[in-house]
Amino acid sequence: MWRRVTNQGATIFAVVTAIVVIVPLLAIFAYLVFKGIGSVNIAFLTQTPKPPGETGGGMANAIVGTGLILLVGSAIGLPLGIGAGIYLAEYGRNRFGDVIRFTADVLNGMPSIVIGIVAYSLVVVPQKHFSAFSGGVALGIMMIPTVARATEEMLLMVPNVIREAAYGLGIPKWRTTLSISLRTASAGVITGCMLAFARVAGETAPLLFTAFGNQFWNLKLNQPTAALSLQVFTYAISPYDDWHKQAWAGALILIMLIVGAVAAVRVTTSRGKLKGVG
Amino acid sequence: MGVGIEVRGLNAWYGKNLSLKAIDMTVLANHVTAVIGPSGCGKSTFVRCLNRMHETIPEAHAEGLVKVGEMDVYGTGSDPVEVRRRIGMVFQKPNPFPTMSVYGNVAAGLKLNGFRNRKQMDELVERSLKLAALWDEVKDDLHKKSGASLSGGQQQRLCIARSLAVEPEVLLMDEPASALDPISTSKIEELIFQLKQHYTVVIVTHNMQQAARVAEFTGFFLMGSLIEYDKTEKIFTAPADKRTEDYITGRFG
Repeated sequence: MWRRVTNQGATIFAVVTAIVVIVPLLAIFAYLVFKGIGSVNIAFLTQTPKPPGETGGGMANAIVGTGLILLVGSAIGLPLGIGAGIYLAEYGRNRFGDVIRFTADVLNGMPSIVIGIVAYSLVVVPQKHFSAFSGGVALGIMMIPTVARATEEMLLMVPNVIREAAYGLGIPKWRTTLSISLRTASAGVITGCMLAFARVAGETAPLLFTAFGNQFWNLKLNQPTAALSLQVFTYAISPYDDWHKQAWAGALILIMLIVGAVAAVRVTTSRGKLKGVG
Repeated sequence: MGVGIEVRGLNAWYGKNLSLKAIDMTVLANHVTAVIGPSGCGKSTFVRCLNRMHETIPEAHAEGLVKVGEMDVYGTGSDPVEVRRRIGMVFQKPNPFPTMSVYGNVAAGLKLNGFRNRKQMDELVERSLKLAALWDEVKDDLHKKSGASLSGGQQQRLCIARSLAVEPEVLLMDEPASALDPISTSKIEELIFQLKQHYTVVIVTHNMQQAARVAEFTGFFLMGSLIEYDKTEKIFTAPADKRTEDYITGRFG
């Protein structure tokens, strides 16, 4: 009798917490759609911003700019993060590994604006101008610890007997790590990469004095570049009603792009999966 | 063709713990040799020393003379990767690569060592799967099925095929049937019997009936020492050492 009650209690508790977790997410998304969908139109997706006071215009340059900055960030953050994760899992069972692990965890908790300052002094100051590249560096640095720790965790979950099987075939350790261990852990590693990507995609603070923002088209890596998050920030604190509406629309597009990118990666990586793989 | 194995004065350590003491043993080419003994006697450590798998465990190392054919396994300049390429190993629990197809599993040792000839690879995969008596069960789904989707017994035969594909001279088997049901076990045993035509087989087992069924020679290990090594028939009918007799008659272990 009591066992059934506790069992049902635990089940109800789990269901309720799951709902509590998902409700804010859905509520935010619904509110964004409600406030923003009215301003999403062809012009918004294809035009650059209009000068203050004029209505219309769009965020096309910011959408492309965000993509550009994220591309640079991923190109820096993913390989370095995965490489560091491989080191930690396969070679880092020592003091040096502990130091790196600790550093990565601290870096993970570092306020993003501090990372922005680092990228500012490392890239912007020597180059003497704001750029998409410096923004990418800031986001890339932010991705490294998340990706590294996720890669490490996932590699540690690969059973040692799998590595032994590879060694037993005369496969060298580096080959085993890349083609066997990493491949076996790939689903989890990709999830870690997507988490890092989604987290930095909406970052504003590290871009304030690196990518800086731009009201015009720019596709050059060494020029100030618009980003959706920056544009939303600028528009949201502006006094213009039309810009407020566009800020909502920008936020909506940003969320949809992130969801779209994550979903696209999920679909492509799950394709070609073999029968019987969990 | 298989080659013989010469072991002289082999010692193995886990950290400071000496777990194999001065082992001398001569394994004949193209024969099946069983290694028996109670848990913790060093029988697994012994076969893992033959292909230098022992040293992959942190702080473990081994010293002594091991000659496999003409190859000096612990000689200066000997490369453990090369050693393992020529001495295949099958483990206690089936361990197929979970993200690879049946074909991918068998071809893995070739592919990851830079083998590129597609046609020859197809032939080697087919030959290995046939040798491992698995071909008929998987030939229709070679590329579609994951190695992990097979049954336990099939997985173990897949692992055997995977080892055979790189064309080793010796096959080490570390309790290959201990995680399998009786039917799968008898299939593996039949297979071992076939394999000795092409390979030298060393099999660790804690199942004495199994040793009696498959092996021509048997070595009895106890607490890190090789107590007795002789023809299987002799070991099981007229052991020279009292401790061997105690073990095979079930008085301990």
